Amino acid sequence: MNLDLRIPMGLLFTIVGVIMSLYGFFTRGSVIYERSAGMDINLIWGVVMLVFGTTMFTLGRRADKRPRTQPAEGTSRPMGHGGH
Amino acid sequence: MWGCIVDLTTIDWLIMLLYFVFVLGIGFALKRYMKTSKDFFQAGRSLPAWICGLAFISANLGAQEVIGMGASGAKYGIATSHFYWIGAIPAMIFVGVFMMPFYYGSKARSVPEFLRLRFDEKTRAYNACSFAVMTVFSSGISMYAMARLIQTLHVFDSLFLKLNLPVGWIFHFAIILSAIIVLGYIFLGGLTSAIYNEVLQFFLIVAGFLPLVWVGLKNVGGWNGLKASLPAAYTHSWRGMTNAHTNPLGVEWFGLSMGLGFVLSFGYWCTDFLVIQTAMASDSEESARRVPLIAAIPKMLFPFLVILPGLIAIATPALTQHAMNQAPTLNAPARPQSANDLSDPTKLGKGLIPAKVDPVSGKVMTDGKGNALLDYDLAIPNMLLHYFPTGILGLGLTALLASFMSGMAGNVTAFNTVWTYDLYQSYIKKNAGDAHYLKMGRWATVGGILLSMATAYAAVGFNNIMDTLQLVFSFVNAPLFATFLLGMFWKRTTGHAAFTGLVSGTVAAIIHHGLTLPADAHPGIHGGWITVVHMYPSEMAQNFWTAIWAFSTNFVLTVIISFLTKPRPEPELVGLVYSLTPKPVEHHMAWYARPKNIAVGLIAMLVVLNLIFK
Repeated sequence: MNLDLRIPMGLLFTIVGVIMSLYGFFTRGSVIYERSAGMDINLIWGVVMLVFGTTMFTLGRRADKRPRTQPAEGTSRPMGHGGH
Repeated sequence: MWGCIVDLTTIDWLIMLLYFVFVLGIGFALKRYMKTSKDFFQAGRSLPAWICGLAFISANLGAQEVIGMGASGAKYGIATSHFYWIGAIPAMIFVGVFMMPFYYGSKARSVPEFLRLRFDEKTRAYNACSFAVMTVFSSGISMYAMARLIQTLHVFDSLFLKLNLPVGWIFHFAIILSAIIVLGYIFLGGLTSAIYNEVLQFFLIVAGFLPLVWVGLKNVGGWNGLKASLPAAYTHSWRGMTNAHTNPLGVEWFGLSMGLGFVLSFGYWCTDFLVIQTAMASDSEESARRVPLIAAIPKMLFPFLVILPGLIAIATPALTQHAMNQAPTLNAPARPQSANDLSDPTKLGKGLIPAKVDPVSGKVMTDGKGNALLDYDLAIPNMLLHYFPTGILGLGLTALLASFMSGMAGNVTAFNTVWTYDLYQSYIKKNAGDAHYLKMGRWATVGGILLSMATAYAAVGFNNIMDTLQLVFSFVNAPLFATFLLGMFWKRTTGHAAFTGLVSGTVAAIIHHGLTLPADAHPGIHGGWITVVHMYPSEMAQNFWTAIWAFSTNFVLTVIISFLTKPRPEPELVGLVYSLTPKPVEHHMAWYARPKNIAVGLIAMLVVLNLIFK
């Protein structure tokens, strides 16, 4: 059935990634980064989140467009005698 | 003051708000798929294995777990990883390879229902009732812990001050907010919603904690720097394990591997419907078998994400700006720390971990010898506040909030299923239409949340209630695995035997607790309330041995009574007992997708990890 989780999850990580990396970009060299061992962690991690988010989103969309070929429900175990 | 430190800015709020919007949005998006009770309670048995796999570990990764593991890492060091490597992986492999075919293949809709199929009505009723009560309380404990943490970290203080609201309302606000959100998304999307949010939480925890470990390690000079600044026992998980008195856990290897590695861990991962429900929601039996195995891979690596921050917190040079005079958040025991000045909790702390302060008197708490106690539960929160600037701090706090809420959600979905199928449908209203049970499931969700809130408030009034409840749960859970093991792998086991064994196992656990006491404890809630016949070096050792006694009693009695009672005819047990069920066929799968091959790979990884960190 159903909504592919990768779509909303990808979207959330993409948006958070954009927000963090933009914020990180405009606060380069700020004193706030003394906490994070001098690294602009917002920019670096924002970009990582962005890449992860867009990958998830793309994978989700691609799977969503492809029609299902086989029914997903139920067990596929070949049962011997006295099964179900 | 903490309040001065947590100066969350708009950007942090924005990230938190986005998370809430998405969580509820997923619920709304799923609403139209919830047509039958199967959609609502079992996610239509249609989810892919990787989603269920990640939800499988997330269901267990509540915030108490995250905070507790960080605390334990700070207290005991890398030996805490035994809880993951010995205390989870072998059980996860076992449930995937051997037990899942019975859970999934029997078409039982819950773990108690499996017990009815295999044994009888009374065994199911006993398990369903005790489980339903436990889930509601666990969810309430999660809610309480979250509200206390939000209060202690002053997350909402600036918001409340801006809006001119009394700060005293923050606790209620946190409880009500979490209740509304969790209720909202489960009411709308049922188990699918809970599972999706557990997966979301999994990725948020990774996204929030990976940079924390990275920055933290960089700051203390990498793994080598960390090793150099900590005692050797902190970075070696097996050192001193031959004797209970020479290792920080206070347990010897036999108690550890039998108590934790076998009884407790198999009892939890192989029988607790909280985690099993996610595997039972997958789209085929093959997927269901792969779910715990997929989950085992990240589980094996999680110590680096949740335990390592605890070690880094101890090794971080000084508590530079983090003065605090706040009440402790959770009720964890702490170890003594030598000190000379008993007025400043910051100075008395170690690394980022402050001394524990009595919430009533405001004074630093000390042990019997006058040494200050440390508040290890603040290890993870303090790490976030120390190393994260605004922006990513919002992400870190969101990850923590997400894990509190998905911890609650897993319990609530387990509760509504067991209530509706195992109690309501079985004993109250038997032959209603499907739409009726779907409606009942939704209202059971509301009821479950209300009961959780009641538990959370009960915890405020009676602090000891939490410890007592957890103790009672451990008595009920300890013998469980013997019943499932015998039920699934010995066709002779009878219903009367299973029921009697289960109840006697719990009684054995209670008696063992009443007769033993950990060192340095007084008779009472810690044990020894009958009379003290044995002392354990630590509370952990006592817990492990309580479980071993409960399991053994159940096992032996079930076997004896089975021989004295009449077994069920074999044809009735097909699909429920190992020897009478056709073995799952694996040869049509690619070699890397076969559960047994994955299991062998996992064991190899486990051995390598233990050798590296021995």
